[in-house]
This record gives sequence, C-alpha cells and structure tokens, in this order.
Amino acid sequence: MNETVKRDLLIENARLVDPSQDLDCSARLLVINGCVSKIDPTDQEIPATCERLDAKGKIVAPGLIDLGAELREPGNEEDETIESGSHAALAGGFTSVLCCSSTRPCIDSPGAVEFVRQKATKARGARVHVIGCLSKGREGEQMAELGLLSVAGAVAFSDAPKSMPNDALLKRALEYCRMFDLPIFDRPEVPELAEGGMMHDGQVSLLLGLKGLPTEAEDLAVARDVRLAEATEGRLHVGPVSTMGAVDMIRRVKSRGIDVTASVCPHNLCLSDVKLRSFDSKYKVHPPLRSEKHVETLRNALADGTIDAIQSGHMPRSREKKMDDLDLSPFGGSALETTLATTITYMIGEQLIDWKTAINRLSTAPARIAGVPGGTLKPGAPADIVIIDPDATWMVDATRFRSHCISSPLDGHSLQGRATHTIVGGEIRYRLTPDLGHIA
Amino acid sequence: MSTAVQPDIEFPKHWHRRHLLDLESLSSDEISTILDVAQQLKDLTQGCRHKISLLAGKTCANLFFENSTRTRNSFSLAAKRLGADTVEFSSVGSSVAKGETFVDTAKTIEAMGVEWVVTRHGTPGTPHLLSRELDCCVLNAGDGPHGHPTQGLLDMLTIKQHRGDIKGLTVALVGDIAHSRTARSNIWGLSKLGAHVIICGPPTLVSPRWVELGFEVAHHLDDILPRCDVLNLLRIQFERQRARPFPSVHEYAALYAMNGARMRKAKDDILIMAPGPINRGVEITPEVADGPHSVILEQVTNGIAVRMAALWLLSGANERARSNTTSSPAD
Repeated sequence: MNETVKRDLLIENARLVDPSQDLDCSARLLVINGCVSKIDPTDQEIPATCERLDAKGKIVAPGLIDLGAELREPGNEEDETIESGSHAALAGGFTSVLCCSSTRPCIDSPGAVEFVRQKATKARGARVHVIGCLSKGREGEQMAELGLLSVAGAVAFSDAPKSMPNDALLKRALEYCRMFDLPIFDRPEVPELAEGGMMHDGQVSLLLGLKGLPTEAEDLAVARDVRLAEATEGRLHVGPVSTMGAVDMIRRVKSRGIDVTASVCPHNLCLSDVKLRSFDSKYKVHPPLRSEKHVETLRNALADGTIDAIQSGHMPRSREKKMDDLDLSPFGGSALETTLATTITYMIGEQLIDWKTAINRLSTAPARIAGVPGGTLKPGAPADIVIIDPDATWMVDATRFRSHCISSPLDGHSLQGRATHTIVGGEIRYRLTPDLGHIA
Repeated sequence: MSTAVQPDIEFPKHWHRRHLLDLESLSSDEISTILDVAQQLKDLTQGCRHKISLLAGKTCANLFFENSTRTRNSFSLAAKRLGADTVEFSSVGSSVAKGETFVDTAKTIEAMGVEWVVTRHGTPGTPHLLSRELDCCVLNAGDGPHGHPTQGLLDMLTIKQHRGDIKGLTVALVGDIAHSRTARSNIWGLSKLGAHVIICGPPTLVSPRWVELGFEVAHHLDDILPRCDVLNLLRIQFERQRARPFPSVHEYAALYAMNGARMRKAKDDILIMAPGPINRGVEITPEVADGPHSVILEQVTNGIAVRMAALWLLSGANERARSNTTSSPAD
C-alpha cells in the first residue's frame, strides 16, 4: 500500500453507528495515520492539515466484511478478477472480503495464498483475506496443509461453495484447527440429495418440472456440522444457510451454549422461488431461492441473532455462461454491490432490524467470526469505514456493476441506501459520483 | 396426388398469441378456441389426410434437441397438410455439437426466414427463453418434464370427440407424473376445462405437494378405477430417472398396469388413452391397448389436427402483430 496518499481525515456531521461500542449517535470521527483516532475530538486535537468530509444526513459505520465471495482468479478471469471483485466490494461498502478457495488451481498451497494477497495489494480495492482449502484439491479426501496455509496468511478454511462431504475429515480438521484458533466454514449440503437440482424443491419446482434441491439436503448437513462442532469444540461457521430446518438446529445448539455461527445471503432474505417461473437464469443462485416460509424464517432468524451474519454469496459467472438454458447455466450471480442496499431495503426498511443490528450482521459479527481486523470504530482500529446515504433510492442495473458479472437476481429492483464513500486504512478508495447516474 | 384447395375457415377474432409455450398460461376460452379450430381443420382435411393451402409459402422449422419421432413427424405433417414447408434440425451433427448455444442456433434458423420454430429440449423453460429472443412463433414440443401443450390439447380433443364435453368428467393420470410433461399439460388443460383430475402413481413419482395445489392424489389405481371416465396411462421414463423409483417393473405392472382384470372393474364407457410410445406389459397390456376402449391411435391423428390449429393461429396472430407495428403494408 502506498503510505504517502494517506491523509488525516475528519468526518463531520455524521450519524455514527458502531455496534462494537453500542453507538448510534451524532459525532465527528477523526482518522489519523490510517487508524481511528478519536470519536468527537476537541478542536485542538484536529490537525490543521486534516481533510474534512461532510457526512450530513449520512451514516458512518465500520466497513462491511464479507465472509465469502468468489473472486475467480486464477483460472476463471472471464467471471471475475481479484481487481474487479475487490473494487466491486468497495462499491458495495465492503472494506474486507474473504475470498473463497474455489479458484483454478484452488488455494490449497502457501504459494496460492501469496498470489491472491499480492494481487489484492496491487489492486487497491477492498482488503482481501484468503480462505484456504479445507481439503487438498477441494476433493474431500485429505486435509489440506492447514498449518502452512495459516502461516501464509489464510484466515479460515473451507471448500465452499462446495460442501464438505467427508464427515471424518471435517471432524479431524475441526480438532486439528484448534491449535491455530482458526475457523472452518462449511456450506451445508448433502451432495447426494442435491444432485442435479436446479432450484428449491417445492410447489414451484413441481409445477415447472425442474429438479429440486430439497431442504433436507441442507438440514442433514447442518445437523452433522453442529454435532461435530459440539464434539470437537472446534470453531465452526455454517453458511450460507437457507432453510427453516437449518435455523431451527442452529437455534437449538446455540441455546445449549455451543459456539457455532451462521450466515445468510441477502437474496434469501427477500426473494422466493416463485421468481423461477420466468425460467430466467439470473434467479439460479446459490443457495437457491426458497419458498416464502423459509424467507420469513431467515429474516426473523437474522433479526433475533440466531443467524449471526449476512454474507454476500457473490458467485460471479460470465455472461455467456449465464445465457445458457437453466440446466447448463451455472449457479451464481453478482452480489457485492447489492448486499448493503438489500439489507437496508428489506430488513431495516421493513423494520425487522435497526441500523446497529444491520451493521453488526454486516461488519462487526463477520470480523469476529473470521478473526480479521475491522468491524469497529474503536480508537486504534484500522480506519476501515463506510459512509452510507440511507435515503438514496436507486435502480439496480447490473450492466453498471464494477463486477465483471452482470447477472443478479436483484437486477431491475429499486433499492434504498447506498455506500457513498468506502475508506480502507484511512484512504478513501471509493466515492459514489453523481455522474455515474446511479442515484435516481 | 391431392390438389391444395382454398379452405373455408374464419380466423377467431380474439386470438392474439404468437407462441404456444404451455397450457398453464392459456385461458379456458383460448384452449376451447384451439380445440374448435382443430376440429374444423380436421374436417376440412378429411381427417388430417388431405392438403389445404392455408399456410402456403411459410416455413416451419423443427428444432429438436431431444429424440422424437412421433411429435416431430406430427408437426411436419401438420405443416405440410396446411401447405407450409418444413425444415428439420436436430442436435445430432449440428452446430450445438460445436459449442453453439441453443439460443444462437435458434436465431440462426430464424434468420433463414421461418414462420415457426417448433422446439423440443430437455430443460424446462427453453421455449420461454426462445420466445423472448425470437420474433417468429415458438411452439413448445416438449421442454423436459415441464410442458407438452400440443399433447395436452390432442388428449382433450380426443376426449371431446367421444364425450362432447370435458366438464364434469373424472380423468386419472397414471404413472410417472414426476418426469412427465404430458401429465403437467393435461393437469392444466383438463382442470381449466372443468374436469376432475386424479393424479395416480407411487409416492416416489407422485409428490404429495399436488394435494397442496388442490389436486386429488391416489397411490392405488384399484381404489379410484371405478370412478374414472378416462385413464391416461403415462410411460415410465426410465431415461429421466436418476434412481429407480420402484423395486421392479414387474411390481409396477402388478400395481398399475391396465389389464383385462382391471378393465372389468372400470366403467363400461371408460376411455383408455396413452401418449405413447407405449410399453406393452408395463403400463398397459396388449388386450387393453388394442381393445375397444383404447383411443390411442385416434390420439395420434388428433395430434396433427391440434398442431395444424396451433400453427395457423400463431401465424395469424404474428401477421396481425406485424401489420400493427409496421406502417408499410408492403412488409
């Protein structure tokens, strides 16, 4: 990172929302040398050369942290690159992204971790933290070299978006990882039950004749995951989850004091499987759009804290891939640039959660789950900050995404709320400019 | 050789659809219109045997990505009976094998100046996708297990010819509902025209969700047989099944095959239908398939009738749309 561009910064007239300090108040925020220096500094404490940023009417919060986005590089640069993905993240208000291990070759060696980290540093987008493979080659047979991966900088281990089909391997890895105090992420799905599925298994799939992804494929995997977490006392994060059964099980193990965390994707909080009636591949996403009752359950579970975090579920796929018929078209879509607004529109806007809870689910909780810096505006913390215009109403036009992927289940939706500035380590790396025409 | 004559038939004023994608989106009036036109065209062609020049100069493209002999030939004959030309296209040995997407393939065919694209594909929704991409008429000749509207229509036309009215009849669909596009098209078409539909088969092929959707579900054919006016016996689609949904064909036949013993429990005037190809000895025994209650071969003839009706109606609506959008009548 180029240290010389870092200027001291005073954000004024802001509504400061920081769940890590239980704050929601009007305040000034002083950033010095890339770190948060003080909330409400006195005039004497503000350096004369300080850049001033007027955040009147805006919300200032710790930058968002994504628990898992595919950046597709190396190997699938037609879908996304580390540069395009990390800049899409900035535009979505994310200051940190955990990138999935599902590249080609996959991230199962220290060299691969190093490659991503170097590319990300050069890209100067959001910070990119690396999720290392859980199994060698993501084949579900042998444990990857988790210790060496952690030395190289991996912050978590997972084969996501693929599930870990091998129970014994998952158990051993949960035990083994305890000595690094690093979490394992599992995207819960029993592959045999999900095989060939194109959408949620329910009334709509029945009518459309589309092979379904049954909820029990997820429920069974969650049951296994939480039981193994309990047995090993390992650090386990399950997600994204999408079913009532998953929520029910997570709620029960949490009530018994077992430290398991869970996340949900924004599309599962607002869209249902009825969308597939159009046969449009932009609705073929992962996890699949479920029926209304699952959506309702997930919304409530996110509100009451059973689900700890929102993760973008960013799975970019190139246009030509998504143009194919529903069977051949891959699961996935662009999500980094809509996650914040989806949360604001469908969770805050419908009064299921307040701002503090929203920022907790999008920033503070993910930081804690992944054990990465950020998620707080406490003095001394890196100045990873998002400034949000809560009233901006905009129409999602996926062709204007910074992400290479222009397929989004929210394309064409009118959403509320938008990141206007994304600040990484005290440096304003993203500014929403009116000439982009994004603000309606 | 028959000479093409100018037919005496009036285009239905209220018909506006350019595509036939599924029966779910049609109103009961629209379904009745197709059936009425089909009957008229069947009569005008003397039982779908003679040629009339209703659609002379137009070309129908058969774009089949799945194997088919009867549906493909039925569409071809329907087009030819109305004086249209046909062009055949199959995925075997085509550009699809060279990596072209099916939308691009369809656009290429359309650019050759065809009026209709008749398409069959293994994935549900592909005709819907094409209808958004093409300006010509799109007819669904089967999209995976989702829809096969002309099959539903020909089944209904056959019932109508025998019973006059579909309303109030009890029709059972028996067999592999899970993988059957014929079932889904029948379910929508028949229920829109007021029939009582029973969906019958083992629970691995008949989802309990059909009950949530308001349909009667039965797992034992013998329980419902005495109530049925029509049985539509669906083929077991082994090629679409990933895992066998019942222990053996032998057991399936014992539970669901329509045989002589079961015929004796049925109503005297029961109609036995099958979309074909039939598997003798699996869902139907030869004595029933070839017996007096079987209308299986009439269904085949009626297939040409409803396909003629669909081609003519869609083309008429397309012409009307074209003349409305372009000011130049020379177009």
